[in-house]
Amino acid sequence: MNEMANSGTLQSHFKINPASNETGYKAYEAGSFKFKRDEYFVEIAWPNGTHRMAADDFMRALMRDVAWGFFYGTIAFDEVFGTTNHYGIVDMFAGTYHEVYKAAGRDHLEQFRAEELLKLMKDMVEDWTNEGYDPFAAPGEAGAGVPWGRKNGDNHDAVNRIRVTAERMVGLPGDAVIRTDDNGYPKNRMLADVAEDQPLVEAEPGFEKEVAAFNLYDYLSRSDVTWNPSVCSVVKESLFCPTSEEFSLPVEHGNDRCEWFVQLSDHIAWDVKDRDTGRPRAKLVMRAGDVACMPADIRHRGYSPKRSMLLVWENASPRVPEMIQKGEAPVVAVQF
Amino acid sequence: MSDYTTVYGSLNDFTPGGVDPINDDPKNYVFSNVFDVASRSQPYERVAVGKNLEYALEVVRAEGESPWYTAAHDEFALCMDGQVEIHLVKLDDPDAVVAPDSEGAHLVDGMPEGRKMGRIVLNRGHQALLPPGAAYRFSAESPGVLLMQTIFGPCTVERWAEICQSEPMKLD
Repeated sequence: MNEMANSGTLQSHFKINPASNETGYKAYEAGSFKFKRDEYFVEIAWPNGTHRMAADDFMRALMRDVAWGFFYGTIAFDEVFGTTNHYGIVDMFAGTYHEVYKAAGRDHLEQFRAEELLKLMKDMVEDWTNEGYDPFAAPGEAGAGVPWGRKNGDNHDAVNRIRVTAERMVGLPGDAVIRTDDNGYPKNRMLADVAEDQPLVEAEPGFEKEVAAFNLYDYLSRSDVTWNPSVCSVVKESLFCPTSEEFSLPVEHGNDRCEWFVQLSDHIAWDVKDRDTGRPRAKLVMRAGDVACMPADIRHRGYSPKRSMLLVWENASPRVPEMIQKGEAPVVAVQF
Repeated sequence: MSDYTTVYGSLNDFTPGGVDPINDDPKNYVFSNVFDVASRSQPYERVAVGKNLEYALEVVRAEGESPWYTAAHDEFALCMDGQVEIHLVKLDDPDAVVAPDSEGAHLVDGMPEGRKMGRIVLNRGHQALLPPGAAYRFSAESPGVLLMQTIFGPCTVERWAEICQSEPMKLD
């Protein structure tokens, strides 16, 4: 999914059409892709095809793509439509990684400057989110709301959450703050039994900024989003990005690099497919304490029946995109 | 009272999952379990369970008192089981102990020379900063487990074939 980088003409056509008199939702154009939604569905059209997704599925995927800034590799909204990040340039595709679409010549791909496409997609997620609906929430949560119906208000706060990115470690002076009831982060109902105690920290005078620790599990048990890794500690370019997971990952994440998971609590089942064809490759079950690495040539989707705590470990080195382009990035993290 | 029970692993009670390959090699997933690794480790062996180019995840079985370590960069210790105490000393001359461009944890010969910085006591789920220029030592009265965010260094132990799933597994 990476060999397309910089191979095409960058699209510069972006258009936001007025709200429909019937549904109240705006319609969008990016290059020759067209997007509109009605009470239940989102319709995506391109020059030689159309595709529909349930509004709920589309909005959860769109929210992650926007919040993650296209993330690493491919964000497949479903088996047909998605985006691939080339770090500055982004592919939008339909059918490109679907064997049948590809064989029939019905696939389509266009490239955009990332910041221009992201601007349009942010407007889309803002307009298509109704009052009370939270595309970051698991459907069983009290505050999840429903995506259905005609345009009805908005949920600006929910869709504009800032992804937490600690500079060094959560809880250090001047860095990302720990979560508490008082600053608006109550315990999630499914992680209410996670201990709230903070570590004992005794710093000698002058070392208060260097002798530091925090309760990561309590921090995660207070996350108000699902499937949204946030940086909690940093060793140079090595990022601990833990997250709380419930229900299913709203996208199939197509890797362009190895991606490590450490299951901190409970369990998640993963379906793994070939990145380019979608053919099944493996199933994983990760239980508490399990460590696994997703290879760089797969797409994966997780299923978490109870809200669980997952540590996603990323390498954000600026060398990695160049290694990917040159085919030098390892496909499998460790050979043994 | 919560209606849900959060499931953790521990040295004494862990149930690994695994890889059920459909058309793949399970070794591609480098699948291990931190408690399983720690249960088969010597105290304070730093066994790699994750490798991301030069970056490492190490599992440490915390039991008794560790040697003193230092690194030229930040490291982090996440306690995944038990209670672990950390003592920190600001080295008088850190560059004399470990080269400033070196990577990973290095052993400190004998007692570190410097000012006492403080101590931290971690329980399950707690994460501590181990700053550069400091020497640190762990101690645990009962066996515990640490997960280290660090870089491969002279103390890192690699034995992937022993710790990772290599054969297909039928999952429940």
